[in-house]
Amino acid sequence: MFPKEIEVILARHLASCLAMPILIVDPTGDLVFYNEPAEAILGRRFEETGAMTMSEWAATFTAKDEAGAPVPPEARAIAIAVAQRQPVHRNYWIRGADGVLRHIEVTAFPLIGQADRFLGAVAIFWEAAG
Amino acid sequence: MIVTLWGTRGSLATPGPETVRYGGNTACVEVRGADGTVLVLDAGTGIRRLGTTLFSGARRIDLLLTHLHMDHVQGLGFFAPLFNPAIEVHMWGPASTTLSLEARLARYLSPPLFPVRLRELPNPPIIHEVPCSDCDIGEFRVISTLVCHPGPTVGYRITDRNGAGATLTYLPDHEPALGLREFPLSLDWTSGGALAAGADLLIHDTQFTDQEYDAHVGWGHSSLKQALTFAALAGVKRLVPFHYDPAHHDDALDQRLAEAVKAEKLPFAVTPATEGATFELA
Repeated sequence: MFPKEIEVILARHLASCLAMPILIVDPTGDLVFYNEPAEAILGRRFEETGAMTMSEWAATFTAKDEAGAPVPPEARAIAIAVAQRQPVHRNYWIRGADGVLRHIEVTAFPLIGQADRFLGAVAIFWEAAG
Repeated sequence: MIVTLWGTRGSLATPGPETVRYGGNTACVEVRGADGTVLVLDAGTGIRRLGTTLFSGARRIDLLLTHLHMDHVQGLGFFAPLFNPAIEVHMWGPASTTLSLEARLARYLSPPLFPVRLRELPNPPIIHEVPCSDCDIGEFRVISTLVCHPGPTVGYRITDRNGAGATLTYLPDHEPALGLREFPLSLDWTSGGALAAGADLLIHDTQFTDQEYDAHVGWGHSSLKQALTFAALAGVKRLVPFHYDPAHHDDALDQRLAEAVKAEKLPFAVTPATEGATFELA
């Protein structure tokens, strides 16, 4: 395993203390950490899975947009944050590994370290209002 | 590689009869190679005495700063080689996200905090910014990465490129347990883990007691117990507890260090930092 940059380590520590589901991916989109609230969506415990490749974790839930059209993995917020290094905010309907349909908002943003080092991205989920 | 401790105290210089054995000067460590390479780690008040010893033979000195808190830079203006143009001084340290290292240093080395500006020193240093994943300085390979401490702060891993590759890791201000319900995680998820992995000698922050740490979470320092845990995780051969709190006098440190080492079954040696101590790594 590659050692993690301090910014990623601190992002994990923060995510571990928060009640919102949070995913952290590396610069290739591989999932390097998800917190306990995110485990319900992914249907797995981080302690059991460890890191997952993008194709692995993207397959653990389905996403549809407000019009009901499927959202492929590469069009999801966190994938856009990685590819374009831009913050993204989206509304989706997702069905996680637990089978529950959730209306969620997600904000994803790139992690840029000192000297413009691109370190990956973070996605935070909320249950959508209404 | 010969490692000499010129300052072992954290936060504030603490001279006096009650600190005479462990030392009252703030962080400064000399690393000297067999071919004459001289590295100086941090510029706490201990650097003043070190500076007076460096005129015999050294043509170049590399000063490696972990960060710019006052206890790590206060001795800069009293470092004799910065006043001696016969010696080439290279200074390495972290920039911030908005200021260069030179601009950050100039905030201290300028009025009203100091009468002489950085650029006006008789022998101004050549500035290099870190972190640096792999830099060769003389016979040493130096790796630096950002570590957990408030503000831009790095730790250093210094490996002798000759011989058996002896390795020193220097993490004087470091809080790897920050935010964790259970410490430690795996090495790859631990601040400073890659720097310390398998090191022959680890010089590590031990500012607090366990009780003090609970009241100072986020201040950027470790308890002795956390340092022992970190050293075991990293698989080091010897730990040198360092960066003592100014309030911890010699007798209290004797007791605290003895109790901690006795309580833990340690797979490595522990030699508490004392001012003037020397370690030879081969």
